[in-house]
Amino acid sequence: MSESDTVLAIESLTVDLPSWADRPHAVEDLTLDLRHNEILCVVGESGSGKSLMARAILGLFPSRHVRPSAGRILYRGEDLLAAAPEHLRAVRGSRIAMIFQEPMTALNPVLTLGRQIEEAIEVHQPSLRGAARRRVLEMLSAVHLPEPERIYGAYPHQISGGQRQRAMIAMALTLEPDVLIADEPTTALDVTTQAQILALIREIQATRRMAVLFITHDFGVVAEIADRIAVMQQGRLVEHGSAAEVLDAPREPYTRSLLAAVPSIVPAPPRAAIVQAPVAMRVSGLEKTYRSGGVFLGGSARVVHAAKGVAFEIRRGETLGIVGESGSGKSTVARCVARLVEPDAAEIRVGDTDFGRLSRRTLREARRRVQMVFQDPYGSLDPRHTVGNLIAEGPIVHGTAPSVAWERALELLELVGLDRRSAARYPHEFSGGQRQRIGLARALALDPEVLIADEPVSALDVSVQAQVLRLLADVRERLALTVLFITHDLRVAAQVCDSIAVMRRGEIVEYGLTQEVFAAPRHAYTRELFAAVPGRERRRART
Amino acid sequence: MREFARRFARNRPALAGLAILLAVIAIALLAPLLYPGSPFALVARPFQPPFEGYLFGTDQLGRDLTAEVVHGARTSLAIGLLATAIAVLVGATMGGLAGYYGGRIDALLMRFTEMFQTIPFFLFAIVLVTVLTPTIGSVILAISVVSWPPMARLVRGEFLAMRGREFVLACVSMGMSDARIILRHILPNALSSIIVTGSLMVATAILIESGLSFLGLSDPNTMSWGYVIGEGRTALRSAWWVCTVPGIAILVTVMAINLVGEGLNDALNPRLRSA
Amino acid sequence: MSAKGLRYVVRRLALAVPTILTIVVLNFALVHLAPGDAADVLAGEAGSATPEYMAQLRQKFGLDQPLHVQLAVYLERVLAFDLGYSFRHSMSVSALIATRLGPTLLLMLTVLLLSVGLGVLLGAIAARNLNRWRDNVISVLAVLAYATPVFWAGLMLIVVFSVKLGWFPVSGMEEVAAFKEGWPRVADIARHLVLPAITLTLFYLALYARLMRASVLDQFAMDYVITARAKGLTERQIARRHVLRNAVLPVLTMAGVQVGALLGGSVVVETVFAWPGLGFLAYESLFARDINLLLGIFFISGCLVVAVNVAVDLLYSLLDPRIELR
Repeated sequence: MSESDTVLAIESLTVDLPSWADRPHAVEDLTLDLRHNEILCVVGESGSGKSLMARAILGLFPSRHVRPSAGRILYRGEDLLAAAPEHLRAVRGSRIAMIFQEPMTALNPVLTLGRQIEEAIEVHQPSLRGAARRRVLEMLSAVHLPEPERIYGAYPHQISGGQRQRAMIAMALTLEPDVLIADEPTTALDVTTQAQILALIREIQATRRMAVLFITHDFGVVAEIADRIAVMQQGRLVEHGSAAEVLDAPREPYTRSLLAAVPSIVPAPPRAAIVQAPVAMRVSGLEKTYRSGGVFLGGSARVVHAAKGVAFEIRRGETLGIVGESGSGKSTVARCVARLVEPDAAEIRVGDTDFGRLSRRTLREARRRVQMVFQDPYGSLDPRHTVGNLIAEGPIVHGTAPSVAWERALELLELVGLDRRSAARYPHEFSGGQRQRIGLARALALDPEVLIADEPVSALDVSVQAQVLRLLADVRERLALTVLFITHDLRVAAQVCDSIAVMRRGEIVEYGLTQEVFAAPRHAYTRELFAAVPGRERRRART
Repeated sequence: MREFARRFARNRPALAGLAILLAVIAIALLAPLLYPGSPFALVARPFQPPFEGYLFGTDQLGRDLTAEVVHGARTSLAIGLLATAIAVLVGATMGGLAGYYGGRIDALLMRFTEMFQTIPFFLFAIVLVTVLTPTIGSVILAISVVSWPPMARLVRGEFLAMRGREFVLACVSMGMSDARIILRHILPNALSSIIVTGSLMVATAILIESGLSFLGLSDPNTMSWGYVIGEGRTALRSAWWVCTVPGIAILVTVMAINLVGEGLNDALNPRLRSA
Repeated sequence: MSAKGLRYVVRRLALAVPTILTIVVLNFALVHLAPGDAADVLAGEAGSATPEYMAQLRQKFGLDQPLHVQLAVYLERVLAFDLGYSFRHSMSVSALIATRLGPTLLLMLTVLLLSVGLGVLLGAIAARNLNRWRDNVISVLAVLAYATPVFWAGLMLIVVFSVKLGWFPVSGMEEVAAFKEGWPRVADIARHLVLPAITLTLFYLALYARLMRASVLDQFAMDYVITARAKGLTERQIARRHVLRNAVLPVLTMAGVQVGALLGGSVVVETVFAWPGLGFLAYESLFARDINLLLGIFFISGCLVVAVNVAVDLLYSLLDPRIELR
């Protein structure tokens, strides 16, 4: 097969959605081909149908209401959509393999990894059974897993997320398929782990000259590994072409807007006024340790140092970003500062009040000075109250007259870009981005001195994310807000934060003005983080 | 509200259950009108089979079986509802406080409910009623005592889960008092589970009550379905209807309550349509 | 059993000690709440004890001492399994309970195996035939069985199968006068076991079948099933190798929780069928107003449930690798 041969051809594919869905087709009239020895990235936001398109190839529809109604998917000349079930099963796993987003749930928790990987061999090549174990160990080594013997006998919960994803990849490659479909395989991983997995996929594709169909929403990832790119929106293919074409010279407005929405790693210039301002919040000596496990009868306790000696200060009007991966302790710090979780030790000064030492009763009154915006747009608003009630409740609790509070709520809704009539509606009637705006309005209702934003845009699509970040920037200018911004995404931090603190395993390892830190990171971990940001150096053209 | 009623109405078994339940309640309320006088009264010769003068016949002492069944409905429903109401109130309160505040209150409650799970609840009810001598009061007390721990565990679970949800954290960060958070934010979200479990508990309470009265542990002044069955045991070979009819009454009532309870569950927690 | 397993059992039993102690204290409270003099209650059937015995009792239990001393004495006695004496049966309560323990264990074990085994099977069938006739029939039967009072079910089974059809004996555990030995005896007991076992199984069968059905449906919605499909497994292979083991776990957990309820249910079933176990003994003690005997049974039942719970947890940890025995 020559290099530019098509391995998988999707022709005019249309997949229907059930009658109660918000649109008639999940995928509409899509034509795309995947060629031998290339990585094709299909990129789109949530609801674009990219995942369903990938699953349609192997006939993995989520329910019998979601069915293909038109088109063909040709693999080696045969239409997979019309294939007999036995033939489709024969193709699955052996000729076309798939890996998924969340390896913890994608693996059976009660079977060992070795058993699960061997299963592919058992099902497709039962005659190889004797040599199965050896093959599995080979594959585990091929994906650079340490101690393959141990992993073979381990259960999914006993290894880390990155290792699980490697095991999944090993499972997919066991029977040497022509095609690998990867459905957002790095979305659930930390940025450093993601970098490793992306490198692994690139290596595997290159050595085996496979065709890889890589689904993602992250343009950084696309820039990192794609040979060709296809952009999807609302079930349709909007644009496709080589990586250079799509990234440097996008033709369609949608593609252009998506690319524009991706936050750049280059930080915004510092705002001069802030350096002179008085200190709005000072935190020092923040300690928090979590203990779990049995205490008596010799049970083993697990100790996690979520925060160790954390200290920082924020000037009035400044935005300080705390950046870290999962387990770094950044969320713990945010919650301790807001006193939603009680730290073991801390000095938290808001203005000249020792916020950390206030008694429960005085704390309740003082809480209005430090407000929070949360990460999960679907869990941060009480579904049983109207939006207006949710925003007005804070001031009412602190003694504002209800009519005044309500009027303020309407003003705030306008401030965050929503219609005043939204106040009478319930949270479930709004989209994720709109809910975050409501959350912001709620936080602003009490006129706080400090706003803590705990990963406020992490759960949003990139275009919505850009809008919310713009809103945040706008609001903080207008109200001269002091912001503590928690995020795992360095690119977002670059856009929004004046100073940043990098956290790792409970400690701040780097702290300084954003521009300085980005230009010359001092700590090794910070450099590692920067190196891991996908798409910093674009993929060299293939020779 | 209207949305909920529509979802419930689409569930045919639940509607059937509701109809049956309403019929049973109506019969229970109208008992003194339908069959005035005491159901313990001897009205005819014993062991008359059904449909010969008396709808369900007579029992071994010559009492009208139909009157016994109709009056028994009042006892079962009253005890079932009262005992459940007490159990729900006590259980939900304890569970809610334990789930919200955690710490020592929670540890104490968990130990307590664990203990209750170890003691066979029916045996415990028997012991309680025996020790306190069988009256309506002791029966209601016994059933409440063995029924509140599961409710407490359920509510604790719900409150604990919600305590960590971001919308509750938001309330805390806004400086709301615990009472306000519990009553205005957590409880309304936990209410549907409490309602569903509570309605199913009524069915269990009726089963426990009938079991107790079958063993002879019922208030001697009140007519009860289990009591009729227990008394009629000796005549099982010949006058089998004395045992059969009250049992069918229990079965139908309990089934109706279960269907309504499940209908409530489906209507209050709509899940995505099954594949 | 491995050393780790043994350590776990010892540890769990040790953790159960406070619970057992609480039951004993509860018993003590109930002795004093019961009508009549505590001595009368402890003597068993009031009135049938000799004056000498009563005097002995008062001294042994320190009934003229302050309450906390009485409690200590009571605790000591009960934990030494001195539960009193039954005049009607002419043996100590402990010995009496020991003779009745076997039949109850036999009945409970049979019901546990039947209800869990059949429940898992029926639930799996219902889930795999979702909304078709097999599922509907099983669901309807489950709804009925779940609403049926256990004692009434027993009586109706007697009417149909013993009285009208004569297939099974009406009551008892074996033909006492026949003095059978060996296999004929086993067969005889088995024949007597059928109706009581079916009666008690019905309710729990319905419970586990519905739970299993829901559990299987939950598991089929999980991501690892999609992975398995992507590997090319048939639906049957997925059900057998992947789903079954995960789906059974909640059913097992529930079975463990229901052990106490099962013991309670055995009271009525044994009463209806005159099955000579602990439950029937409890009924007899009710009849004879022997609160002391009743409390003794109560205590032993608690211990029994603890033991069975530990066994179920051990079994569960074998099936679910996420659970570590600590």
